[in-house]
Amino acid sequence: MAKYLLKRIAYIFLSLFLIITVTFFLMQIAPGSPFASERKMTPALEKQMEEAYGLNDPIHEQYLDYLVNALTFDFGPSFKYVGQDVMDIILRGFPYSLVLGLEALFIATGFGILFGVFAALKHNKFGDYAAMVIAVLGISVPSFIMATILQYIFAIKLNMFSVARMESFADTILPALALATTPLAFIARLMRSSMLDVLNSDYIKTAKSKGMSQRIVTYKHGLRNALLPVISYMGPLVASILTGSFVIEKIFGIPGLGSEFVTSITNRDYTVIMGTTVFFSVILLFCVLLVDIIYGIVDPRIKLDAKGGEK
Amino acid sequence: MEKLQLSNEDFQPLHIDQTESEKIAGESTSYWKDAWRRFRKNKLAIAGIVILLLLGFMAIFGESISGHNYRDTDLMSTNLEPSSEHWFGTDNLGRDIFARTWDGAKISLFIGLMAAFLDLIIGVIWGAIAGYFGGKVDEYMMRIADILYGLPYLLVVILLMVVMGQGIWTMIIAMVITGWINMARIVRGQVLQLRSEEYVLASRSLGASNMRLLFKHLIPNTLGPILVTLTLTVPNAIFTEAFLSFLGLGVPAPHSSWGVMTSEALSALKHYPYQLFFPAFFICLTMLAFNVIGDGLRDALDPKERK
Repeated sequence: MAKYLLKRIAYIFLSLFLIITVTFFLMQIAPGSPFASERKMTPALEKQMEEAYGLNDPIHEQYLDYLVNALTFDFGPSFKYVGQDVMDIILRGFPYSLVLGLEALFIATGFGILFGVFAALKHNKFGDYAAMVIAVLGISVPSFIMATILQYIFAIKLNMFSVARMESFADTILPALALATTPLAFIARLMRSSMLDVLNSDYIKTAKSKGMSQRIVTYKHGLRNALLPVISYMGPLVASILTGSFVIEKIFGIPGLGSEFVTSITNRDYTVIMGTTVFFSVILLFCVLLVDIIYGIVDPRIKLDAKGGEK
Repeated sequence: MEKLQLSNEDFQPLHIDQTESEKIAGESTSYWKDAWRRFRKNKLAIAGIVILLLLGFMAIFGESISGHNYRDTDLMSTNLEPSSEHWFGTDNLGRDIFARTWDGAKISLFIGLMAAFLDLIIGVIWGAIAGYFGGKVDEYMMRIADILYGLPYLLVVILLMVVMGQGIWTMIIAMVITGWINMARIVRGQVLQLRSEEYVLASRSLGASNMRLLFKHLIPNTLGPILVTLTLTVPNAIFTEAFLSFLGLGVPAPHSSWGVMTSEALSALKHYPYQLFFPAFFICLTMLAFNVIGDGLRDALDPKERK
């Protein structure tokens, strides 16, 4: 286990190294200077600015500096907002995104599993078809459209929620719902098919023929094993919620990390773009690792440290 | 008890025609015919195909039917509600939303199909080679794919768009750079399974070259999963296009796309909700059509998976 963990962490660092390198050089060749604005700067001033931000150093020196600093989560100052460090911006936005993301995560997994199990138990009956039609619809409606629909109906027409504000728990409900729609539908479908698989397997028949009640067979024997594919979907789920937050936070005016990222793109604020990208990647890679470890614990058939066991 | 009347004839052996039992009762069907028969029964999937054909037709002819074009602004008639003159209304610059919707359809469908097509070519070749040769080749090729796969897809696409600038082709390229991996993984898995089949061995012992084995035997036999993945890639690409356009990284003006139109309509949502309705509706409809076709294909091509 320890060996496996070390190997995985080594891979994560390799991936991170690649991400930092690629984003660094991508931002180097990106068009436009961070100081390009409507107001023309005098050449002397521009030179001074570039000096201050270390932009006159040779590329390889800049790169090494960046790499070393990134290890300590120091992504340098923002180009656009004078006097603010990238890390300050990230830490300011992250709590909002975290709350929103966790909420969406709970909605998606909770209701997804519920719908999936319901559909499997009503297999080939009306309930099954209804749940699966809703699931296909859920997959087909992009999160940003879902967000605008929710906003229009519940905030503008019914006045039940505020259109764009982030102060109380009630303000997080609509964005979290919008964020959760697509993964929820995915999980429901996943859960349904794995539940059907499990319910047809031999050990369920054995349990039934031993005279156990339907409820115990379904929930104690069936559900636990059927949950495995859902757990392995958690990695992509985190990614989907993460990227979904870019537009959702923009639509609902939430000052989170996602909208910070989008703003930095429109501003061409390269250090912020790089910093948030690396930060997102760190979260994502560690979430995937966490999911794999949980998977190994939940399913004893999978040996994490066995040869070739990692995939 | 009833009296049974028996005669000598009742004890004659019956004549059995041996050739009769050898006759094949049903018409012989191929794998694809069989799949088509199953697919046809799936009403949702057929509806999806009809919807797609209609959307395709409108994407080509819709703009000319409307009597307007997608780029002409008319500042005397901005933000009009749908009427007999402007069927879907007009936007804040007085452009006809009906014409813009179908111009957007052209672009959204083109991007979706093109990205899926390029994913297909790169993914199939990469996956087939990795799966067929195995060993070190497989390990290195899949390691590269794994590392790319670990990156968040949309994040990479966004970064590439920032660097390459806006445009239809840059968007397609950005999508394909990370999009082919899924296809490659599926093809590799299939080829890995198939290459130890006996018909491959038979063909090899008859002297077939690697290329012939790959393209004549292995890839055709993975066509089912490839087709399913392909139909599910298209809605993904359409979603990505809309997502990027929504963030302001998409199709440059004056061209429209459904994502651009949704994004523009959002600011006027409170007063002109119909401006949002049309593009949003067609994005969902297209994605829905591709999704149900993909589901139908999967059920039809892989009877084992049928639930």
